[in-house]
Amino acid sequence: MKVFNSYIGRPMERVEDLRMVRGRGTYVADVNRPNQLYAVILRSSTAHGIIKSIDSSEALALAGVHRVLTAKDLGNEVPLIPLRLQPLPQLEPFHQPVLADKKVRYVGEPIAVVIAESAAIAEDALERIALEIDPLPAVATRAQAEAKRSVLFEGHGSNVAITWKAFRGNADEAFKTADYVRRETFRVQRHAAMFMEPRGFVAEWDEAAGKLTVWGAAKTAWYNRRTLAAQLGLELEAVDLIEVDVGGGFGSRGEFYPEDYLIPAAARIVGRPVKWTEDRREHIMSANHARDVECDVEFAATRDGRFIGLRGQIWSDIGAYIRTNGSVGPRNVAQYMSGPYCMEHIDLKSSMLTTNKTPCGTYRGPGRYETDFIRERMIDLAAQDLKIDRVELRRRNLVADAQMPYTLASITPYDSSTELDSGDYHAVFDRCLKEFGWEERSKLRGQSIDGYYHGLAIGSFIEGGAAGPKEEVRLVLETDGALSVYMGSSSVGQGLETIMAQIAADAMEIPYEKITILHGSTSYVKDGYGAYHSRSTVMGGSAILLGAEKLKELIQQTAAQRLGCKPEEVVIDGEQASFGGNHIAFAGLSETPLEVEAAFFNKKYTWAYGTQAAHVAVDPGTGHVKVIDVMSVEDVGRMINPLTLHGQAIGSIVQGLGGAFLEHLVYDDEGQLLTGSFADYLMPTASDFPSIRSVTLELKPCPNNPLGAKGAGEGGLIPIGGLMANAVADALSHLNVQPMELPLSPPRIWQLVEEAEAARARA
Amino acid sequence: MKPPIFEYALPSTVAEAVSLLASRNGNAKVISGGQSLMPMLAFRLATPELLVDLKHLKDLGAIRIGEDGVRLGARVRWCDIEGDARLAVSHPLLAEAIKHVAHYQIRNRGTVGGSVAHADPSAEMPGIAMTCDAQMKIVGSAGTRIEAAADFFTGPLQTSLEPDEILTEVHLPAWPAARRWAFLEFARRKGDFAMAGVALYYDLDSGNRITDAHIGAIGVADRPIRLTEAEAVLNGNQMSDKLIAAASAKARQSIDPPSDIHAPGAYRAALVATLLGRGLKKSAA
Amino acid sequence: MQIEFNLNGQAVSADVEPRTTLADCIRNDFGQTGTHLACEHGVCGACTVLVNGEAVRSCLLLAVQVQNDKVVTIEGLSGDELTPLQAAFRKHHALQCGFCTPGFITTAHALLSHEPDADEDRIRDVLSGNLCRCSGYVPIVEAVLEARSSYRDSGSK
Repeated sequence: MKVFNSYIGRPMERVEDLRMVRGRGTYVADVNRPNQLYAVILRSSTAHGIIKSIDSSEALALAGVHRVLTAKDLGNEVPLIPLRLQPLPQLEPFHQPVLADKKVRYVGEPIAVVIAESAAIAEDALERIALEIDPLPAVATRAQAEAKRSVLFEGHGSNVAITWKAFRGNADEAFKTADYVRRETFRVQRHAAMFMEPRGFVAEWDEAAGKLTVWGAAKTAWYNRRTLAAQLGLELEAVDLIEVDVGGGFGSRGEFYPEDYLIPAAARIVGRPVKWTEDRREHIMSANHARDVECDVEFAATRDGRFIGLRGQIWSDIGAYIRTNGSVGPRNVAQYMSGPYCMEHIDLKSSMLTTNKTPCGTYRGPGRYETDFIRERMIDLAAQDLKIDRVELRRRNLVADAQMPYTLASITPYDSSTELDSGDYHAVFDRCLKEFGWEERSKLRGQSIDGYYHGLAIGSFIEGGAAGPKEEVRLVLETDGALSVYMGSSSVGQGLETIMAQIAADAMEIPYEKITILHGSTSYVKDGYGAYHSRSTVMGGSAILLGAEKLKELIQQTAAQRLGCKPEEVVIDGEQASFGGNHIAFAGLSETPLEVEAAFFNKKYTWAYGTQAAHVAVDPGTGHVKVIDVMSVEDVGRMINPLTLHGQAIGSIVQGLGGAFLEHLVYDDEGQLLTGSFADYLMPTASDFPSIRSVTLELKPCPNNPLGAKGAGEGGLIPIGGLMANAVADALSHLNVQPMELPLSPPRIWQLVEEAEAARARA
Repeated sequence: MKPPIFEYALPSTVAEAVSLLASRNGNAKVISGGQSLMPMLAFRLATPELLVDLKHLKDLGAIRIGEDGVRLGARVRWCDIEGDARLAVSHPLLAEAIKHVAHYQIRNRGTVGGSVAHADPSAEMPGIAMTCDAQMKIVGSAGTRIEAAADFFTGPLQTSLEPDEILTEVHLPAWPAARRWAFLEFARRKGDFAMAGVALYYDLDSGNRITDAHIGAIGVADRPIRLTEAEAVLNGNQMSDKLIAAASAKARQSIDPPSDIHAPGAYRAALVATLLGRGLKKSAA
Repeated sequence: MQIEFNLNGQAVSADVEPRTTLADCIRNDFGQTGTHLACEHGVCGACTVLVNGEAVRSCLLLAVQVQNDKVVTIEGLSGDELTPLQAAFRKHHALQCGFCTPGFITTAHALLSHEPDADEDRIRDVLSGNLCRCSGYVPIVEAVLEARSSYRDSGSK
């Protein structure tokens, strides 16, 4: 009985839930090894300084404390964290040492590792470590960075690590003759992924076997294994990184951090398993920050509203070091600012500034959230100036189906180009207007109801996915007919075990219940890549399709011998191999499991896309913004599981709203992090944004992978910053309030209203 | 974030609790609901030698309502106030204000005494105590004393409590049925500490003029305060939009809130004026 | 200090330092790791357990404070079959990474046990004390709304 295409596309309930709703998940904090010790990290509370001395003698005297490791215990040279992405030689000066060696460069930088009988005792020991640091002036603002009174990397001589350039056409020429040019400055605030499960590792060194096992892997386990093995001077096969259940990643967890080295190194040094989990206070100062961007940009258009291009300068405050993927966000701000719109002329420079703050890395839709805020604000401002309706102006400039593939700006150095692959942007745009009820709601624009002014906004976005170069799988048909799928993809909560089982079930034509997905651990496949850039469905899923083809061939070959025919004559149907009226069930087909490996290679990003509309109401007295409705419509080419995809969209939108209104990592001018806990870093809660709606479409499959799917899951948040700012401006249009900066906090909105009213009074 | 080392005691009487506090020369702390103290221990901002748990002092958990007003035992929890239907009549201002405190799980543990002794300038209960001229009952080695709220709150997270003293009761004066009141606060998210909040009440004389106006504000100074100048604008006058505007403007001028990472002082001052205006309007409806 | 209390229906005892939180005691002394720590300062709700039937943050309680009390964790609210509340969470895809989930289920169970007719506003109000980074809350609220009927039928649990 054919079961092909009966699981893909179904909103299957997740297999992961069965353990997670019962509290039977195993997260790294739940992993315990016999005889384990506990590690706690001593972190700098000085933003910038020279380490004069570290005296651990009092700490070591405390009962239960075993070791205190500092830079000098890590060999002749303190290992550095390499760049996984854009590993340019000119970025080498900015690699982070796994422990601060001579200098500290940010509050939170690891200086020592205390290993003790319990985490509590290790924390007691922290207070007894005598640390002498000669402070240096901190670099905490762009002005301070550019003034160069204080430089983080003396050898480099400035606080500009690198400047990327995104280009297309000839902006200087085009701007000379443009009818309309507007120049503005925008700012997006530093905030972060803030996943709920704090990071952690349990590391165990088996001296006899010469084997290191580390629990707590996520996202990019194979890359991390290569890095760790090299740093420890071990063969690759001597190191295994195990992925257990992972409590969220959003692009931040799983990159190689100092602790990825420190905890395994500690286990080797003390000869006992070492367990470490960070607490929230540490997490906030240690895990990658993101989105800290300032932009001075010009936008050009024709008088009748055809977009010409963008030109300008972007500064990203990237913190004290460049970690594994620190360049991605800054590059994306420049390369993707045009979004889903036709813009032939792009000249955007994106500079990365080193400052005495926590290093930055990717966070869901890296650079895209920031750049969409900038672009969509510009479009609404242009619409006002040109006296063209905002909706019409966008429609006029969205890339059309017939123009695909549409080349986006190129970026250099570490050149990369990409093109929008397929899509009916106009159809999705119109669908959004309809679902949202734009016409009807427009009657409320600018109205004051119960003290709240109402406003609307619309914005379109693109979402890149499916980064290559490849993904590996290993399919094993067990002797009882069950299928085990080992994957390089990793789980961060996105329902990998369910989605991949759906794909495998359809590909192998066997029941879903007979499939187990095993993921993320380096022992599973030789060379996996992991979960990032919304790639697992396309890369892992396509690899499964390829693996299934190979496995079917192997089944045919195996069955052919027993059926006495040629392999190509064997028919596979309903869990059995058949020829000429004879059938052999998968169960018992072979005395040993049948195993194949497969890899899917990809060089082309997929481009999901969509449109969102929002309705807000603003109280000018308090500055409070009520988000009355958000409607998101996205085309992902092909949905594997509508239930999980919808969940991703909603979750992503709410993260975006957190960034638009609540979340802010605040530093003072001395590089002190002032928002050190959830008391001050405000996360969205259940009562903040009750009305979020999302519709996912399968209009235009991706032509570049066998599934026809496009990577999705980050898109929800991408347009939110611009959307909310535009909606607030629309609500307060009678005052000409123009937000140019996120977050749209109550005091900021109030300030804009005060200034606007004062300006009106003067006029 | 594991707490530092401390000892733990579970006394059976108030006298025993006081004696334990006295024995440690300022290095012992009371733990009531623990909702404010535990985070401080987790961050190691508090490092007491000894915690004295009031858990067994059951008598401190009573809400007593009589002719002389509402007496809240120190161990009365937010959920107890929420669940006491009598308060809708006996002290509607208290009942309304407490709705804004924290979240579900915290409301099952957090206590009146704990909040008032902790004296967060943005907290609702200290604000109500200040607004309503509450009398604090305090027991220490030297005996029992009663202190007015205005004298009790001495600074940011500071009260007049000596190290060996325990706040055992907050007494709110009787509430006339005809009294007008309002409570408004503005917080970033539901349950957050207020960016600013206003609690107000007044009575009307036979000529419908405002008398005995009490306006308290939280989140705008280093302790909960009374907006006495705005009160003076109201007293003796009939409510009107003009009066409301005047009182709000006076309130804004009379305070100088500090700036912090969440808001500049000017915002909070304007916010108080806005909340006061809205509250007065609501009270007159 | 020696403490005795009831954990998920069983009398238990342990010798703990006074500074040990109830969360750490449950996880480390009794191996019940379904209760999660995501902040350890009383904001996120992932550590929610029931003490004498009331939802509380176990990171804000010392183990020594539950002497003679009745403590129920997510493990005590689970069985061989999914409960109606758990099934509703699964049906509505009210979890992604699952880390906050035990805290939400415990809190929702407490709420619905006391207030089986809670409306959407009340549910959102109560759940605003639990943080979720993955789901955006919409499906969680849907799940809790659906689960109400099972609490009405059988009354408080």
